[in-house]
Amino acid sequence: MSAFSAIGEEREVDRDEYTPEIEPQPTWCPGCGDFGVLKSLKGALPEVGRTPEETLLVTGIGCSGKLNSYLDSYGFHTIHGRSLPVARAAKLANPDVEVIAAGGDGDGYGIGGNHFMHTARENHDMTYIVFNNEIFGLTKGQTSPTSPKGHKSKTQPHGSAKTPIRPLSMSLTSGASFVARTAAVNPNQAQRILKEAMEHDGFAHIDFLTQCPTWNKDAKQYVPYTDINESDDYDFDPTNRAEAQELMRETEDKLYEGEVLTGVYYRDDDRPSYQQEKQEIGEMPDEPLAERYFDDDYEWERSYDRFIDKHK
Amino acid sequence: MSDDELIWRIAGGSGDGIASTSQNFAKALMRSGLHVFTHRHYPSRIRGGHTYVEVRASADPVKSRGDGYNFLLALGDSFARNPQEEAYYGNEEAKPLAENLDELREGGVIVYDSGLLDPSEVPNFDERVEENDWHVYDIDLRSLAREQGREVMRNTAGVGVTCAITGIPLSAIEELMRDAMPEKILEPNLEILQTGYDIVNEEYDVDAPDISVPTGEHDEEQLLMSGSDAIAYGAIDEGCRFIAGYPMTPWTEVFTIMSQNLPELGGISEQVEDEIAAAALAIGASHMGVKAMSGSSGGGFALMGEPLGLAEMTETPLVLIEAMRAGPSTGMPTKPEQADLEHVLYTSQGDSQRVVLAPGTVAEAYEASRRAFQLAYEYQIPTMLLYDQKLSGELTNVPASHFDREPNGDIGMTLTEDELADQPHTGDGKFHRFQHEGENGVSPRSVPGQKGGRFLATGNEHNPAGHIDEDPDNRVAQMNRRQRKLDAIRADLDDDGLLVEHGPENAEYGILTFGSQQGTVEEAVDRLNEDGTSVKVLTVSELAPYPVKAVRTFLDSVEEALVVEMNASAQFRGLTQKELGTHGEKLSSLLKYNGNPFEPAEIVEGFSTKIVDDGELPGNETKFVPAAGD
Repeated sequence: MSAFSAIGEEREVDRDEYTPEIEPQPTWCPGCGDFGVLKSLKGALPEVGRTPEETLLVTGIGCSGKLNSYLDSYGFHTIHGRSLPVARAAKLANPDVEVIAAGGDGDGYGIGGNHFMHTARENHDMTYIVFNNEIFGLTKGQTSPTSPKGHKSKTQPHGSAKTPIRPLSMSLTSGASFVARTAAVNPNQAQRILKEAMEHDGFAHIDFLTQCPTWNKDAKQYVPYTDINESDDYDFDPTNRAEAQELMRETEDKLYEGEVLTGVYYRDDDRPSYQQEKQEIGEMPDEPLAERYFDDDYEWERSYDRFIDKHK
Repeated sequence: MSDDELIWRIAGGSGDGIASTSQNFAKALMRSGLHVFTHRHYPSRIRGGHTYVEVRASADPVKSRGDGYNFLLALGDSFARNPQEEAYYGNEEAKPLAENLDELREGGVIVYDSGLLDPSEVPNFDERVEENDWHVYDIDLRSLAREQGREVMRNTAGVGVTCAITGIPLSAIEELMRDAMPEKILEPNLEILQTGYDIVNEEYDVDAPDISVPTGEHDEEQLLMSGSDAIAYGAIDEGCRFIAGYPMTPWTEVFTIMSQNLPELGGISEQVEDEIAAAALAIGASHMGVKAMSGSSGGGFALMGEPLGLAEMTETPLVLIEAMRAGPSTGMPTKPEQADLEHVLYTSQGDSQRVVLAPGTVAEAYEASRRAFQLAYEYQIPTMLLYDQKLSGELTNVPASHFDREPNGDIGMTLTEDELADQPHTGDGKFHRFQHEGENGVSPRSVPGQKGGRFLATGNEHNPAGHIDEDPDNRVAQMNRRQRKLDAIRADLDDDGLLVEHGPENAEYGILTFGSQQGTVEEAVDRLNEDGTSVKVLTVSELAPYPVKAVRTFLDSVEEALVVEMNASAQFRGLTQKELGTHGEKLSSLLKYNGNPFEPAEIVEGFSTKIVDDGELPGNETKFVPAAGD
């Protein structure tokens, strides 16, 4: 019998269950795109039938990291850039828990870039939401990895000399098996994509455009936007890597020209998740490891019985 | 020369099979009833570079390398970087012979591979042999090995020669080779072992040197173990089934043992992109209820500073091990040092809330590893195991019964769903994971997936339900509770009384040391007492929370104490003075930081000249630092 009775519980889940009594009202600035993430996540979780106590939300540091305070579930608000390694191990330790990681563009594409690359490469079965507002918000408006070239800020007084990072292309190249972009101004699309991402067995990366009305005033509200999966202008197959790659590049360029393209760019439903790969080679137990520590009858192996002979 | 012990040094190039040959030799001696202890010296290179391993064997227990050695098997460096004598690194090919002569005792034996080594390239070789009454056997081991088809087997030929000279029966080595070698290479190795043995017996005078292997008997079955083996087995016996890491010498040894064994125990090992990730993964797994560990050596541990702080603030149980090597920066990757003490005690922002244990011996490494997990999970606090390249790789015999213990999968103060139901919650059902009260500072935890247990873990200061809270009263309550754990842990450790004191109880003088120096200092203390100096040693294997009471009692009882440690800035002495706030005038230091561990004689000499006689230290291998104010 599982020690975790919240897992797999069959019942209707109400979106209000995700609103914590302690902090029902987020303290994000009025008009902030982060509200859109919270709203669409509260919508998507009941749709996939996950309750707050079988969900672990792991965040980094920044305005995005406050998501944990406003979404009631098991939460782990970690340190800047490190949500992914914490989330990854949580999933390996108990694959039955729904694991979602979230952070900002500085968190995920800057300081945590190495983890992003490797988590995508390994294809861990989790959803990763990157709040992309093209700025450092919580520290008051410094240039971020996704800020456009020439972006002026207090730390880049002459305008950034750097070309912005290409989050979608990077994700695809690194090995993510589900790559999407959505925008806070489009909560319906966001909710649909989040649901698909959570249902996907593998690393699902969502670059979530979240406008920052306080520190990125001249930036767009990300409207109007085009949904590449629905628009007749784009004849495109998201299971085709080459097509995805081309459209990602176009999307990344166009953002800085004022045109917002969104949608699911790539999905590979055949690629095994990391857990499956690891189990295949006998390096991960079938039963969630976490269960073992609650099983009073489990017989722990001893080094004395197993390894002593070779030292004799 | 002492004839009651054999100290056999096998020297060659990295990649010449020195480590495996010496391990087999040590095991054969252990099986014959002797106590053994190994010391290895190697460069940070793939192939080539002078390396040696010493095997010390005696009928009585041995717990340190010796003073010098009495039998050299010089194989020659077959991967030498540059044979030119004028090259910057010198004539590497000759180093296995040239570099080892200074420490060879009078009357000792030299066996060298004349197929690779030319003594005319070693300055004043003949004069030194004459002067020191060394017995030299020049044998073309390389040709012998070639005749048998594989040049690398000249190790085995050398072991055969060793047996002939020292009187070790070949059967002891043969038995071990049968256990350790695959069929394909076994036969030619057995043959060459015999050939080496016969050649010496037929063509040389084996009775000339006054050297033979002592005979002994063990009371019970012994195991040949390294500190790394012991740490890994301790972790496994505590139910640790998750490890994450990134390779770095010398921590890689524990990481490797765990990675090779965890899959068949239904555990998980993850080699990840960097040490930040490694520590963060261990935290993630532990957060889910799994017993988890990570570790590294100095440079990698530096990257773990921030996750370590996260574990402190979120009170996530975590075991990190740190295998010290000589620093700063890349330093000397394969050489031991104890200079990461302050690094491990204080790294990460804010007040440290961690436990640091430093085992002194292979047997203690097993205990300390188990204790680290027990404390980490019982008290929800990161626990560090601090050791070094020396303890990591040295092999010694430990009674098998030492490991015949019950396993322990208990994860400490973690609630079941039934227990959670009786705990305080917010109105909407959020569990008070971080209550202001809590016995010994511990507030019991839940695990994701449990009904009635949801809470927020955060690196920010937080209220009982885990939400970010900067209210001064809450801050002080949480901080005080977390700090209270350290008092409770100190009390537990005092009750255990595991600190080891050695020497006469009412001794006039004292020595303080920590970690892997224990065995060497104890041997030095025995010799000092035999020579009429009244001295005892306390080895401090618990560094945080510091055992103030035990150290104070020890220092109160002696006139003066020497603090022995392997670093240049007397970090352990500094810690002791900070924690005690007194006794500074009694403490002087003997330091060594040249990449080699202390020999017992260096401590005897340092103690005699500085503490007893107030003279000057000869040579520059060690350094004396007087007491503050002196």
